[in-house]
Amino acid sequence: MSQSSKYLKIFAFIYLIFLYAPALLLPIFSFNSSQIIAFPLTGFSTHWFKTLFYQETLHEALKNSLIIAVASSCLGTILGVFAARATTRYDFSGKQITLTFILAPLVLPEIIVGVALLIVLMQMGLSLNLWSVVLGHTLLITPFSILIMNSAFNNLDISLEEASLDLGETQFGTFQRVILPLVFPGIIASLLIGFTLSLDEFIIAFFLTGTETTLPVYIWSMLRFPKQLPTTMALGTVLLVVSLVLLSLSEYFRRRTAKSNASVE
Amino acid sequence: MNKLVQVKNIYKTFAGLNAVDGVSLEIDQGQFFSLLGPSGCGKTTLLRLIAGFEKPSSGEVVIDNLHMEGVVPNQRPTNMVFQNYAIFPHLNVEQNVAYGLHKKRLSKVEKTKMINEVLDLVGLSGFNHRAASAMSGGQKQRVALARALILKPKVLLLDEPLSALDKKLREQMQLELRNLQRAVGITFILVTHDQEEALTMSDKVAVMFDGQVAQVATPRELYEKPISQKVASFIGAMNFIDGKVIDSKNVFTVESELWGTFTMTRSQMFGNPSKTVMTLGIRPERISIGTASKTDAASVSGIIKDAAYYGETTNYKIQYGTKGATLNVSEQNSFGQMGYQIGEEVQLKTDLESLIGFFD
Amino acid sequence: MTSDSKKGWRLLSVPLVFSILLLAAPLTMMVLLSFWTQDYLVLDKTFTIKNYIEAFTQPVYQLLFSRSLAISLTVTFFTVLLAYPMAYFISFHGGDRKALWLFLITIPFWTSYLLRMFLWKVILGYNGVLNSFLLWLELITEPLTFILYNLNAVIIALTHGWAPFAILPIFVSLEKIDRSLLEASRDLGDGPFHQFFRVILPLSIPGVVGAALIIFIPTVGDYITPKLVGGTEGLMIANMIQVQFSKANNAPLAAALSVSSLMIVAFISIVFVLVNRRYLRKF
Repeated sequence: MSQSSKYLKIFAFIYLIFLYAPALLLPIFSFNSSQIIAFPLTGFSTHWFKTLFYQETLHEALKNSLIIAVASSCLGTILGVFAARATTRYDFSGKQITLTFILAPLVLPEIIVGVALLIVLMQMGLSLNLWSVVLGHTLLITPFSILIMNSAFNNLDISLEEASLDLGETQFGTFQRVILPLVFPGIIASLLIGFTLSLDEFIIAFFLTGTETTLPVYIWSMLRFPKQLPTTMALGTVLLVVSLVLLSLSEYFRRRTAKSNASVE
Repeated sequence: MNKLVQVKNIYKTFAGLNAVDGVSLEIDQGQFFSLLGPSGCGKTTLLRLIAGFEKPSSGEVVIDNLHMEGVVPNQRPTNMVFQNYAIFPHLNVEQNVAYGLHKKRLSKVEKTKMINEVLDLVGLSGFNHRAASAMSGGQKQRVALARALILKPKVLLLDEPLSALDKKLREQMQLELRNLQRAVGITFILVTHDQEEALTMSDKVAVMFDGQVAQVATPRELYEKPISQKVASFIGAMNFIDGKVIDSKNVFTVESELWGTFTMTRSQMFGNPSKTVMTLGIRPERISIGTASKTDAASVSGIIKDAAYYGETTNYKIQYGTKGATLNVSEQNSFGQMGYQIGEEVQLKTDLESLIGFFD
Repeated sequence: MTSDSKKGWRLLSVPLVFSILLLAAPLTMMVLLSFWTQDYLVLDKTFTIKNYIEAFTQPVYQLLFSRSLAISLTVTFFTVLLAYPMAYFISFHGGDRKALWLFLITIPFWTSYLLRMFLWKVILGYNGVLNSFLLWLELITEPLTFILYNLNAVIIALTHGWAPFAILPIFVSLEKIDRSLLEASRDLGDGPFHQFFRVILPLSIPGVVGAALIIFIPTVGDYITPKLVGGTEGLMIANMIQVQFSKANNAPLAAALSVSSLMIVAFISIVFVLVNRRYLRKF
């Protein structure tokens, strides 16, 4: 078996390179002094990063993206906590179907979601602004939050809650002193993932923003200017690094929920 | 006798099945009471009904003359030790033990005193700052006990507390629990499927099958005078032999293949003795090998078919009669006893006074 | 209703209401709209199936539908084909580091989809990274032109873009295979080749089906990739939907196209699952 496993290993590494290669181009060409994104590399420069500081519209877009990301990740996490708690703790008919419905945005093409929301907002005569994007992003984030919180709540032994009640604590007190501390890492993981998803999301933002742009929409508009390409690459690199950090943190916290509850018995 | 806990005609239905099927019990103050039965007999459900984690479908629970209907677990004068201990993993020993004291207005000094007292009681002095996750099963169980006892409940409920421990530790804990109960004087209600455990620790045992109580008795009564074949075979081992009632004027005259005709008293009979067909039961240790002569009326001839050595005792399977029926006989491997070989012909003497007659 | 049910519904109702308002209602609205017509900015609410007739009979839309489907199916096929060995490697040869491998696979893909697709434009362009790299190494003398602004580019980019979403379900499925089954098959005489085709592959079909669906359904509706690297030949149905919405001011047609896409995708998915149901029975 070791012959084939050796080929597999080689395949795996080549595959990894294939997966990472495009992303690696971002930092490579952000630090490349030439304005043309092509080989051969011309020299090291941090010039493009510096230009980021002078783009007013970029700062606007960044601010908008941050507001949307914070709002939608919080909202999505709250909804996710509700749904996950309801489905892991209680058994009731219609639970599975309702949950599948709430999880639907995971498999629907984003454009359908964006178009549908746009239609509703237009019909209701509501203006498109940051809050329409928040709603759209919350819709996307909630399913992810549910998946994370589901596993956090599943790891929570019901006898811990019963013990707390048995020892004289109220339902709310039990939530505060036992449930919340034990699922807290899951909440953090959910917030971080939601934040990252929102920050990077393009289609729904594209359809639902009015005059205010988000970061991805800004990037999209910059793509038609070849002269701006290196700057856009630099921005992309920054985004990439931020996303990676947030996601690694999120994974770290998600692991913590699994570990901290595993030692009940 | 103060009846501390009364369960009155309780039913609990889950999805059309009665997990608890009409149970009435009375438990005295200061008693060590066990609910014993095979898995699925409803004993844990009954315990949870007393604790308040389940609501009865009908019937009621009364604790210390107060009706418990509508009373939630955190308001009941009961505390529970869970089967998997339910130790809060994010708190250390001290925090776990003091958990229920949170709402009570006690000074730090008083709390610490109470914590240390109860830790001492369960044998965990000095473990205050140990992390919950860093403890063995046995230690966690003591923390669970301490956590419940510190609140001085009127009733302590224990849900199969020893099932996850290995044999030696279990036996040790059985004695410790017994002594603990005597020391604090609190009523203990313990659920277990292990009859040895129930018999060792309890003042009284309720044997349950299929949601109903079959018999409530002291351990000795249960073992020596089980009221049905089911109870008899659940508690220890028993031999069952067919019998027939010939006459029932003052004493019962009984005939059976094994011992011919002999008499039995009313107190040895269970079920409805008006029938003539019955089953006789006798414990394996109430038959002894090799001490009777052929002329003794209660003497039985047999051949050793199988011998299983258990260290302290040996269990023999002995074939008697012509149809290949066997008796289980238990003999002490005491000083001077040689043990019997397979195929050996032996004489069995029976203690007829420990025979039980079943009419079920 | 038991009190447990009540508590459960009370909690679940909050996200449910949100979903109904933001998903069910808009989708219903979209279906409704598809039966109306729009003349510049005026909406005519008389019921008509004109939009659907147009969507299914006009050659331009037929072309876009069939092209979108063809692209998605191709992408799904190649992605799953490449993902399977990777998932196999991690499951059977990952040892202690399985979680690490999975994490490594997924990191690049949690980042901006837009950025990643844009990078393919940069890579596959006439003066792009790949061409300049190959020219620099003197492997080619002329830049390659067949790799950008057409179908090929879209397929390449999408195959790359959805890779981890294929790996994960296949991996989960492979992990679930009881290793003692493998030992049993060896014990009964199978070599590694037969063991794979007779035991491992059939038992991993649920994962493969899951992976195929996860990739197929969203890629049909992809907007970014065709727009960035598709040129005119590689445009897909989502691009047309957006055009109808904005420039052509024909929201009802856009809605009809959207609903039609959903229906087609749902139909194909259901057929696919049914075809494989023999392998999907829970064992």
